[in-house]
Formats: sequence, structure tokens, C-alpha cells
Amino acid sequence: MIRWLVAAIGLSVAASPVLAADPVEIGIGYLGRAGVKAKLSLVELSAENDGVAGARLAIEDNNTTGKFLNQRFTLEEVRLNDNDDVAKAATALSERTGFIIADLPADDLLKAADALRDRRTLLLNAGAIDDRLREQDCRANVIHVAPTRSMLADALAQYLVWKQWKRWLFVVGSHDQDKLYADALRRAATRFGAKIVQERTFEDTGGARRTDSGVTLIQRQMPVFTQQAPAYDVLVAADESEVFASYLPYRTWDPRPVAGSAGLVPTSWHAAQDQWGAIQIQNRFAKLNSRHMTALDMQAWTAARMIGEAASRTKSGGPKAVSDFLKGPDFSIAAFKGRRLTLRDWNLQLRQPILLVDGRMVVSVSPQEGFLHQVSELDTLGVDRPETKCRLQ
Amino acid sequence: MQAAMKEDGLRTRLHCLLFGMAAWLAAATPASAFIAYVSNEKGNTVSVIDTNSWAVTKTIKVGQRPRGIEFTRDGKLVFVAVGDDDSIQVIDVAKQEVVDTLPSGPDPELFALDPDGKLLYVANENDNTVTIIDVEKRARLGEIQVGVEPEGMAISPDGKILINTSETTNMAHFIDTATRQIVANVLVDARPRFAEFKRDKSEVWVSSEIGGTVSVIDPEKREVTDKISFQIPGLRSEAIQPVGIGMTKDGKTAFVALGPANRVAVVDATSHKVTKYLLVGQRVWHMAFTPDEKYLLVTNGVSNDVSVIDVAAQKVIKTIQVGELPWGITIAQP
Repeated sequence: MIRWLVAAIGLSVAASPVLAADPVEIGIGYLGRAGVKAKLSLVELSAENDGVAGARLAIEDNNTTGKFLNQRFTLEEVRLNDNDDVAKAATALSERTGFIIADLPADDLLKAADALRDRRTLLLNAGAIDDRLREQDCRANVIHVAPTRSMLADALAQYLVWKQWKRWLFVVGSHDQDKLYADALRRAATRFGAKIVQERTFEDTGGARRTDSGVTLIQRQMPVFTQQAPAYDVLVAADESEVFASYLPYRTWDPRPVAGSAGLVPTSWHAAQDQWGAIQIQNRFAKLNSRHMTALDMQAWTAARMIGEAASRTKSGGPKAVSDFLKGPDFSIAAFKGRRLTLRDWNLQLRQPILLVDGRMVVSVSPQEGFLHQVSELDTLGVDRPETKCRLQ
Repeated sequence: MQAAMKEDGLRTRLHCLLFGMAAWLAAATPASAFIAYVSNEKGNTVSVIDTNSWAVTKTIKVGQRPRGIEFTRDGKLVFVAVGDDDSIQVIDVAKQEVVDTLPSGPDPELFALDPDGKLLYVANENDNTVTIIDVEKRARLGEIQVGVEPEGMAISPDGKILINTSETTNMAHFIDTATRQIVANVLVDARPRFAEFKRDKSEVWVSSEIGGTVSVIDPEKREVTDKISFQIPGLRSEAIQPVGIGMTKDGKTAFVALGPANRVAVVDATSHKVTKYLLVGQRVWHMAFTPDEKYLLVTNGVSNDVSVIDVAAQKVIKTIQVGELPWGITIAQP
């Protein structure tokens, strides 16, 4: 009898076109640093709303769905200046929202995660690609939507190996994050059978990214920097700091393609992606924001959509219910990548295909055909379960 | 003993006679002389297939990115949604060329004709609406707001309920065609792409491309009563992406196109159990039966061809090369 009654109530809710009750409010916070990252290319300069613009679109999408389920999503953006305390800001935001999409550097993210440890607020990492956040520094209250450096590196290496460009001239920047990316690329080379024939370091000696006579000088420097290399197929550059890699294409001493931080670049998203219905989200995004959609926009969109998806499946906006659903076996999300994305249960990293782009077009999408895995081919990208150092707690 | 032998001989002769007659009948009456129209998404063309010769007899130039394609009830016209031109083009079957355009709303993909053939309901992927078009007057009658990225469209056999699926909202919206209001929203698995009614109106099937399932919905209760999933040895589950659905008129057998799994699943439509997987071309999209239901034609997006399935034998008997990235298919009713 009770079961029948419950079913009948459920049915009447589902079938009723007019929902009289006030909608359930589901607040999502967006926590990021103020200011934009320096880029070499003028056309790649980040917009001030890079990332949060994607989250805003997802809020619109969630609300279109939410009007059928009596759920209403809101977004609250908080930007931190250099001296702001991230732990305090995260705690204050968690008073108002059950979910925080974070675009923070690794150390900041850990501070926020630890500050929220005893609260119910769930963090979704949309910005940091550091492997350590999913390995030795993993946290049970952080879901990682951004891919890791090792996922990006593996995606690129699979393609280069498929293309039979197995001999790499390897150029690494002098900053810490360049070295981390270099570590990921070295690991990828070993995993997939590429060979680094020589490694060179490009020292950042300072200087402006924009000068009046820039090209003349660069055209002299880059061929010289790349001459006298052993025989190689492709130059792979690790330059997350945007100091030199974009100067390399067409300027190498030997006529060779460039990949890594310039040339063929692995990324979670690109404005040129139009397969698998992607043209629809590209159009929606451009209409809302009057610009192209970046990888960070997509990562933030996916994070906010994951919350929306879990809320519609669980018919709840509570952080506990949403978090349990996301971490459970029934969660998957469609994100215009041609297959469903799921979470690695051992470190809460979102499995995802990685695009390889040349700046104007999508050249390929990894994992490449033939790289097999017993669970999911997406797990050929990044650190897999048997190698993980993560102990979630 | 002898009598038995005699009887065997007689039976053989009778068989020969019957077989001969069948062969003669098949040759004399073109039992399968139907016309199929196939939209080629990348080629910006429509291929016309003669099901007697199983050959492409004509390639018609259409607008940008043709996908949804449907014959009118009288078989005189074919509507084809050309998404990147934001319209639906009208092909005159006698002339085999585009003769008119319907005002469809932005980025039309799939559409459904009402049973009278007077109203066309179009899913507009770009602005979360379903547009209603008066076919005769070539005029837009109105719009219905639905979920994010509307795609699949199906109309109940009595024309009273329209189903629209929205790919990012993950719902089947039930729309009352009289009031043009949504009367129910049923959650299904991720990226629902196609909806199909059983002829007796007892079930609606909705395929979820990314979810990898087909939801069976009771149209009276408006809830999911069963879920069909697919397992193919040697294929990872992410590659199994159900899209087009075809059901025989008797409601006993269904066929489900599984996209990049390169297979069509044969499903017992009563028990909802998969009985067989048929290997077809690459990235199989949509399908159409010949009116006699002897054959089922499916479009293979990546291999640029159409597979012909013998429905009774449940076997692929033929492959026909068409244009670039074939997507939709429709066959005229006699």
C-alpha cells in the first residue's frame, strides 16, 4: 500500500506540467584567482571570464532542464587577489553553496580542500592539471574535471607513436611547471615506445612577450637553438609558462613538426571541435559570451553540468546526495567527446578523450585506436589504478 | 518401401515446381521495387536508391548538412532538414529535385509528420524549441520550449502525443498536440537521440547514445518500465551507442542501430531481449523498412554506404555505396 502510494506520488510529480511549489535552489560557487595568464600569441590571450563563462552556460543548460524538475541553479563567482586567504574565501563561500568549482593553483586547491574537510561542500577542480592532486595529495572532497598533465602527455605520445614519429628532440622550459610537463612527457615516451634523442633546456632570461621588432630576432634565435640535433622526427616542447614554444614552428633548423606546448597541442577542448554534436555547445557558448570556448571554459561547463546531471538523477540539490551519485557506479556524463565520461573511483579523476589541435583544427582525438585497456581505453591516458599513489580519505 | 520412395519423388517434384513458381514470381513482379531516399550529411546530397536493383539511381543536390529525411504521406514529396541552412527543403519525387523550402527555425535535425500529414513538428537543436509547421501553407504555427538540444521526434499513432527527446537535458518530453503543452518529462540515459512508438501505442522506445541504452516507456504511465542494454564480446561498452530504432508493424521485432559498434541489434520487442547482433558498416545511424517489411535499410555514416538487412532471415545481404556520411533514410509507402 505504502509502495503504491509512493509510486502514485512520484507519478503525479512526474506527470504534472505545472509545478506549484517553489523550485529547489542549488547554489554553485566559482573560486578562482584574479588576473589572466600571460600568452605568447595575441590571439590566445585569455578572456577575463575564461572558465566562469563555461560555468555560466552550464547553469543556463541546467536551468532549462531544471524547469522540468523544479530545480533552479545559481552561480556565485569569487575572485582572489594575491594576498587573499584561499582557505577563508572557500569557507565563506561554502556557507552559501554546496558546491565550489575551483580554478586554483595546486597549493591553493589543497588549502581550500583541507579548509572544507569537515563541511559538506564538494570541490570540483576545473583548472589544476597537476598529477599530484590525484596521487599523493588526493582528497576525498575534490573531484577533478580538468585532465592531468600525464593524460595530456599520453594523448600526444599515442598519436606521435601512431604517426611513427618516435624520435623526439625534447626542449624543456626552465620553470617548475615546464619541468612537471616534461616529466609527464618523458613518462609517456617510455610508456608508448618513443625515444628522446636529445633534451635541451630553454632558459627563461626574462624579457617582454611583445616587442616591436620581435619576429626579426626570433627568426635568428630559433634555428640556432635547434641546430646540430641528432636525427629526429618531431620536436616536443614542454613550455607551460609560454616563454618559447610558440616561436618554434617553421623556425627549427631541420624541417620538422613541433608538438607539445606549440604546434600539435593536447587539450581537453578547442573552439574548432565540431564532432559529436559539439557544434551545438560551440554555438550556445558563442551566443552567450561572444567569443570562442576554451579548454578551461569546457572544464568549468562540465563541472557545473555534472552537478546538474547528479541533481536531476537524484532529484536532489543536497551536496551529500549529489556527491554520492557522482562518486557512485551510475554516474556518467555526456560532454561532446563521442563517449560517456566517468570518474576513476580511486582518485575521482574524470576520464576523458583528449583533443590534439593545431590551433585552427582538431587533428586527432586520443586515445588512439590500438591502445588497449582491460577496463576503459580512456585509462590508457594518465596514471592508472595499479600505479596510483592516491589513498582517498 | 516403394510407396515411400514414390512419395519422396513426388514431393521433390512438387518442391521443384513450387520453387520454380516462386522464382518466376520473384522475377516477374518486382516485389521490392521501392524507392529509398538517403541524406548524406557531409556530401550535401540525397541519394536515391531503387530497391529492385539495389543501386543508386540519382544523387540530388540539397542544402548544407542534410540529416532528418521523411516522405510525405502521399509519397509525392520528401522533406529533408538542412541544419546549417536553418531550413527544411522539399524534394519533388517526380522531378527528383529541390522545389521548395519550409521555414523550420534554427538548425533543424529531426522532425515528425502528424498522421494526417498536415503538420510537421521540427526539433531545433540550437534554441531548445520544437517548431510546428503547417505543411500546406508553408507557415510556422508556433513553437514549444523543450530541453537542451532537442533531437528525437516521434508522434503517437493517433497523433495525440508528440515525443521530443533533448540530448543534454536527457529527457523524453511528452507534448499534447492539441494544447501544444508539455504534459510529462521522463528522464532517460545520456544523450537521447531517437524515439519510436510501437504501432499499438503500448510502448515508446528512446535510444540514449552516450548512456548506451534504450529506455522502454509506458506512454500511459509516462515512466520508464524497462531498459535495454547491449553487450558485444570484444567491444568496450563506450563504443556501443544506440541511435536509430525500427520496429516491425506487428510490434514483435525491433532493430537498434548501435553507432560506432558497427552493428544493428535485433531485439525481441515483447521480452525486450537482444537476440542477435548484425554486423553492418561503420557508425550506423538510422534505418527504414521497405513497406512489405522484407528489407531493412540502414545508413552507415563513416563507411559511406547503406546495408540491406533481410528482415526474416536477420542477415545483411547487400551493401550499397551512397554519398559522403549518410545519415537519414526514408522509404515511400505504396
